[in-house]
Amino acid sequence: MNRTLLAILILPTAALGAEVSGGTDPLNYSGPAWSPYLVGAGIGVLSWLTFAFSDQRLGASSGYATLAGYLGEIFAPRRMASLRYFKDNPPKIGWGTMLFFGIVIGAVLAAWTGGEMTNRYLPQMWEARFGADSGLLRTLVAVCGGALMAFGARLAGGCTSGHGISGTLQLSVSSWISAACFFIGGIATASLLYRL
Amino acid sequence: MTEKPHTKKPSLSQLMLGLIFGIVFGFLLQKGGVGKYHILTGQLLLVDFTVVKIIGTAVLVGMIGIFTMHAMGRVKLHLKPTRVAANIVGGLIFGAGFGLSAYCPGTNLVALGQGNWDALAVTVGLIAGSWLFAEMSGTLQRGIGKWGDFGKKTLPELLHVPRGAFVVIFALVLVGALYAIGQFTIR
Repeated sequence: MNRTLLAILILPTAALGAEVSGGTDPLNYSGPAWSPYLVGAGIGVLSWLTFAFSDQRLGASSGYATLAGYLGEIFAPRRMASLRYFKDNPPKIGWGTMLFFGIVIGAVLAAWTGGEMTNRYLPQMWEARFGADSGLLRTLVAVCGGALMAFGARLAGGCTSGHGISGTLQLSVSSWISAACFFIGGIATASLLYRL
Repeated sequence: MTEKPHTKKPSLSQLMLGLIFGIVFGFLLQKGGVGKYHILTGQLLLVDFTVVKIIGTAVLVGMIGIFTMHAMGRVKLHLKPTRVAANIVGGLIFGAGFGLSAYCPGTNLVALGQGNWDALAVTVGLIAGSWLFAEMSGTLQRGIGKWGDFGKKTLPELLHVPRGAFVVIFALVLVGALYAIGQFTIR
C-alpha cells in the first residue's frame, strides 16, 4: 500500500522530466484563434457584468448536477428525494442553467465563424499517442475523468470556472487552495498519460 | 460544499441575461483555444501556457473591477466557504479527472460546441459523478466537510492586510508573473 502511494507520488514527478515530441508535442497543433490576454481580459470584464447585473458568478460544474437531478426525477424519484444534495439543490432552470447552455451556443458560433469545427471523436494528439483504434480507451478515460471531475468539483465547491476564475479573482482562500490542487492533480495525471 | 437553495424564482430577464453571458463566455473560451484537447493537455504537461495566460489575465482584470465596484457598494461578493480538507481532497480528485479528460466542466461545453465528440463521453461522466456525489453528500457533509472549516475567507483577511492594499500589490505581482510567463514560454 505504501509502495503504491509512493509510486503515485514519484512517477508523475519523474515523468515530468521526460520529453514530449513529434505527434505528442502539443505545440505541433493549432494555437488559439485570439490572443489569450485578450480572451482573459474579456472574461474578466464579463465577470464584472455578471456580478453587477445578475449578482452571480461564472461557473459551469453545477449545471451537470442539475442535469443529473432532472434525470433522477425521471428515473429514480424516490431515491433522489432521499439525497441530501438534491434536497439542498433541487434541479431548476435558473441563471446558471441558462449560462451552461449559452456556453455551448457561444462555442458553436465562435468555432463556426473561425472555421474551427472539428467534427471528430478522437483528438489528434490523443490519436498520435494511443492510435486510431483507441476509441474505446478514450471513451473509458473520458467517462472516468468526467466522473472524477464532477465529484471533486462538488466536494471542493466549484470547478475551473467557479473556483479557478470567479473564486480566485475574489481572492477567496478556498478557491486558491482548490485551484492549486486542480493543477497538481491534473499535471500528475497528464504526465502519466503522455510522458511515461 | 453545497450551496444554499435559490428560493427566489429567477425573472425572465435574468434567465435571458444568463443565456447571453453564457454565449459570450463560450465564444471567448472557444476563441481562446481552450476547447482544444491539445491546448488543455499541453497546459497540464507544462508545454503550452495558454490556459494560465487566460486565467491570469481574467483574474487580474476581474479582481480590479470587482473590488472597485465592491468598495463603491455596487456588488456583493460570492465567496465559497473555506473547508481545507474538502478543498484539497476535492481539488486533487478534480485534477485527476481533469488530466484524464483534458476538458474541464466549462471547456467541455466548448469542446462539445466545436464538434469534439469525445466531450459527450466526458458529459456522461460528469452527470454520473454529480449523482455519485449526491449519493454520498449526507455522509461527506457530516465528515470531511467539517474538517478545517474556516467559513468564507479572503486572502487579505487571512494575512491581516487591508483589502485595497492587497489588491494593488497582488495586481502588480500578477502583471509581473504574466510578463515572465510570456517571456519564457513558446505558447
